[in-house]
Amino acid sequence: MTGSDNVSERDGPFQLRGGSFTMMVLKLVDPASDGFFARLGDKVRQAPNFFRNAPLVLDLDGLPGNELLDFADLKSRLRECGFLAIGVQGGGHRHQEAALRAGLPAMPAGRAARVDAPPAPAAARPAAAAPPPEAPPPEPPQRSTLIVSEPVRSGRQIYAAGGDLVVTAMVSAGAELLADGNIHVYGALRGRALAGLSGDTGSRIFCLSLEAEMVSIGGLYRVNEDIPKAIYKKPVQVYLKEGYLCLDPF
Amino acid sequence: MGQIIVMTSGKGGVGKTTSSAAFATGFALRGHKTVVIDFDVGLRNLDLIMGCERRVVFDFINVINGEAKLNQALIKDKRVDNLYILPTSQTRDKDALTKEGVEAVMEELRKEFEFIVCDSPAGIEKGALMALYFADQAVIVTNPEVSSVRDSDRVLGMLAARSRRAELGLEPVTEHLLLTRYDPNRVERGEMLNVEDVLEILAIPLLGIIPESQAVLRASNIGQPVILDDGSSAGQAYSDAVGRFLGEQIEHRFTKPQKRGLFARLLGRTA
Repeated sequence: MTGSDNVSERDGPFQLRGGSFTMMVLKLVDPASDGFFARLGDKVRQAPNFFRNAPLVLDLDGLPGNELLDFADLKSRLRECGFLAIGVQGGGHRHQEAALRAGLPAMPAGRAARVDAPPAPAAARPAAAAPPPEAPPPEPPQRSTLIVSEPVRSGRQIYAAGGDLVVTAMVSAGAELLADGNIHVYGALRGRALAGLSGDTGSRIFCLSLEAEMVSIGGLYRVNEDIPKAIYKKPVQVYLKEGYLCLDPF
Repeated sequence: MGQIIVMTSGKGGVGKTTSSAAFATGFALRGHKTVVIDFDVGLRNLDLIMGCERRVVFDFINVINGEAKLNQALIKDKRVDNLYILPTSQTRDKDALTKEGVEAVMEELRKEFEFIVCDSPAGIEKGALMALYFADQAVIVTNPEVSSVRDSDRVLGMLAARSRRAELGLEPVTEHLLLTRYDPNRVERGEMLNVEDVLEILAIPLLGIIPESQAVLRASNIGQPVILDDGSSAGQAYSDAVGRFLGEQIEHRFTKPQKRGLFARLLGRTA
């Protein structure tokens, strides 16, 4: 075979490289239990869009050593719930071999990572403290932060589900920022900012220039007209204290 | 039982929002309980022209979606008694308007208000159709200019065919022509269509002629409907038009070129 062994794989018809992915892990605590799939189905119904066709890794740690699971059956029943089991982790040699025979390889060691629900669709309620339309994500171990670096134009709505929102540009009048956590605007805030949407009353809003149409935390709001002139266009933080909305300049 | 009046045009930028604000204020000034509604979802301006953009919490779309009650969304005007504004959403678009939703709001408003002024968006799509659908009366806002006249004609056709009254075979929507941005000097020079030209094409009763006026821009910048600027020709013309709408006999003013006196020309004063 002529040609150098150093032919770059980039020139070939494929490219092989490493990748890392965040995926859901389903720990099989008691897979033989009667209520297993019923309860799993209930979980799926809480956020159907989130779970549909979700790739799944099965955690086999703690499974009793003697009984081997029918992985092929498990895989197809999980498929009925919408999940795509694509691999396993833990559980020891015998379980992993059985799983492999059903087309579920042992995944290389992974770390626990956060898994976030996608941001809720457009309709968000300004002040009635209703939760976001999409059902809550599966207990993320960590809060996420959504960072937006371009100006948020009039009419645009950004929702940081399950965490904070940071904007490093201006927010135009007519734009809406929504977050379950805090909102930070490193620029002029001229639109609306609603923090603490899922009820976290400790959430705050920070901005470099307060010109907002409305600010709200956990459902309590203040409109532009009621912002004191002294702090208008100043760097301000907004928070709840003993049930009152406080607007403090820095 | 309230009357629904749509301010529509087809063409954009002819003065629908300015006129909606002026008429609603005019009705309220004369003691009629009035609400003005912004149908331009996604491109809302009525709240700016009415000067209440700093007080908007809930909007028309929130009410349609059942997210807020009508009285939570209605904003009471601070300057004029009997006047309320229903702003619309900036983050949604015209697809958020549904016939059932709008109908429910109209029914509720009819019980409480004498006049319900609907500020239509430009165009002939959903937003404009929703604004004109429930109308009892329509004010066709037209500039003395060929594109505007043609678009107004189109809208008149839609009122005659696509309004609720047309669909149910009821008494047709009463049509009124409001000629805006009229400049008698340019008309005299032949640069602009005159009133008769427009009436010949549109053939609907003339409600009013609003002269081109710098006061309109000033008013919009300070968020005060121009009818409240009673020193301006536009403000006075709107006041006359409201009076005519309510049945008064008022001569049309500001339709002839004004010979400006030397003094006025020196001081560069315009109406």
